[in-house]
Amino acid sequence: MHNSNRGEAGDGMAAAVISVEALAKEYRVYDKPEGLLASVTGLFHRTSRRVEALRGVSLEVGRGEFVALLGPNGAGKTTFLKALSGIITPSRGRATVLGHVPWERADAFRRRFALVMGQRNQLWWDLPAAESFRLHKEIYRIDPARFDRTRDELVDLLGVRKLVLQPVRDLSLGERMKLELVAALLHEPEVLFLDEPTIGLDVVAQHTIHDFLKKVQADRRVTVVLTTHYMKDVAALCERVVVITHGSILHDGPLEEIVDRFTTHKIVTLDLEATPAAGRLERFGFPCEVRGPRVTLRIDRSRIADVLPEVLRSEGVRDVSVEDVPLEEIVAELFRAAPAPPVPEATP
Amino acid sequence: MSEAATAAGRPLAGLRTWCTMLAICLEERLVYRGDFILGTLMRFLPIVTQVFLWTAVFNATSRPDIAGYSRDDIVAYYLLTMVTRAFSSMPGLAGGIARSVRDGSVKKYLVQPVDYVGYLLAARIAHKLVYYLVAALPFAGVFLVCRGYFPPVPDAATIAAYVVSLLLSFLLGFFMEATLGMLGFWFLEVSSIIFAYMLVQYLLSGHMFPIDMLAGVPIGIAGVSAADLVRWLPFEYTAYFPAAVWLGKVRGGTLARDLAIEAAWVVVMAVACRLAWWRGTRRYSAFGG
Repeated sequence: MHNSNRGEAGDGMAAAVISVEALAKEYRVYDKPEGLLASVTGLFHRTSRRVEALRGVSLEVGRGEFVALLGPNGAGKTTFLKALSGIITPSRGRATVLGHVPWERADAFRRRFALVMGQRNQLWWDLPAAESFRLHKEIYRIDPARFDRTRDELVDLLGVRKLVLQPVRDLSLGERMKLELVAALLHEPEVLFLDEPTIGLDVVAQHTIHDFLKKVQADRRVTVVLTTHYMKDVAALCERVVVITHGSILHDGPLEEIVDRFTTHKIVTLDLEATPAAGRLERFGFPCEVRGPRVTLRIDRSRIADVLPEVLRSEGVRDVSVEDVPLEEIVAELFRAAPAPPVPEATP
Repeated sequence: MSEAATAAGRPLAGLRTWCTMLAICLEERLVYRGDFILGTLMRFLPIVTQVFLWTAVFNATSRPDIAGYSRDDIVAYYLLTMVTRAFSSMPGLAGGIARSVRDGSVKKYLVQPVDYVGYLLAARIAHKLVYYLVAALPFAGVFLVCRGYFPPVPDAATIAAYVVSLLLSFLLGFFMEATLGMLGFWFLEVSSIIFAYMLVQYLLSGHMFPIDMLAGVPIGIAGVSAADLVRWLPFEYTAYFPAAVWLGKVRGGTLARDLAIEAAWVVVMAVACRLAWWRGTRRYSAFGG
């Protein structure tokens, strides 16, 4: 499958496919205090609050990049994807995707990207996916020969050829997600937005989808922006990670950089010859967890070179492993450490 | 393909997309044929009760007619409004649109290069076609049994005008309800608004009684009767008007004028529907999707 040379010819990573500048989005939410009386007074007088879902996000994404948006629930990830796919109009700031302002929703733009939301269907619930594919062929004006070729290739990559003639409602969540991805890629979008594509899927299905996305992205140089809560997705797919908390970008860079910057210690696991005496390993001064002869120590990265030989010398060690802190933990720490912005005052 | 060739092919491609949409909507409708058949048959019940009601009314009075309608006229009228309603009623349309706004499934139509109103129209035509397929036989049966109530079959020109008035009543009903459904962009819950609309529609469309019975009924404004008021509204075209055309109550110049007014209402409501979609989606995207 070849990537058509629309737009910037011979562009490298440098040419920005997505360009965002100081994007901000505010909502007004109404507070409803508890109780019947409050509900009645609420009919006449409501208090509202301004919620800033995005506070001046700036970002450039080059052609063929695979970017993960990470952040706790409510951080603004989905709002950001919605703005980039034109579902919402931001309050302030600028953005272009493939040279278009997304929220103008020009057909010329809408034919060139796709959005897959993990919990929403674009497939027709009561019909086989093949029918939804046929409709996409018309909606996106896909050349028939090209459509057949693309569909067959995508379906085979995901191993779902048998499922396309089965009503979608009879499929499992994983099977449905795979077919959603096929539907989203039939028109060979240049930009793909994925909102939690692996949510609720088993490990095998996650794996299949990782391999699939990797291949599709590499073969066609699709620019992919993905939101997820699964670090497995990030580790398997994305070179670049953008961490969003409280509507602002906290960190933007390669995954290794995050690990490097935010990892304060290493996890050392020791298999000892015998269960150590109580308090014996605590003398090294690091948090430690003892489970029989297996001991786990969290040692400061800066001191690992000094401490580790000492540990190995002083104990009867059968086996040792030194690992990075799991990605989940690093990211959780990152989220927690982010300073919360001031809460705007309630206005009547 | 050159830009010019693409531009020339656009309307045709649009039509093809729409036809595929129609075909797929038809397939979807046929999935639930069992439920559909039952629902269709149940809709014949209210008509039967109406016929009984008016028979009782005529039995209780010594007058041969009420406001120019004999017993036979009334039965014929009701059966004909049943046909009009088969075209102009849109069960679930407004509620469905409002629901898609509330649960967010409307987003799909913002992201894909597809026209939501066009899609709704295709879906509704599919809905109607399947309905006619199911209802044709019971309809034929009812008309066969009741053929004695009807005046002789009108001439070809009247039949043609009748068919046009029916098709326009479909479009009018569609655009009125679709516009109503798009209020969902402004209000979280529209079921009460839909209920109020149904009530007004039932009274003023001629679904409950022939609206020319309202001639001479005062509404408190000198020289204006309830019938005049109804004349200024689009509702009568969704029940009364096509029936009146078949029964020969509207003829010649008046017929042509009223058909033109009906067509004008279709245009007005189609524009209102587009406008509501346009404003609604702008509001939706401003408030957060």
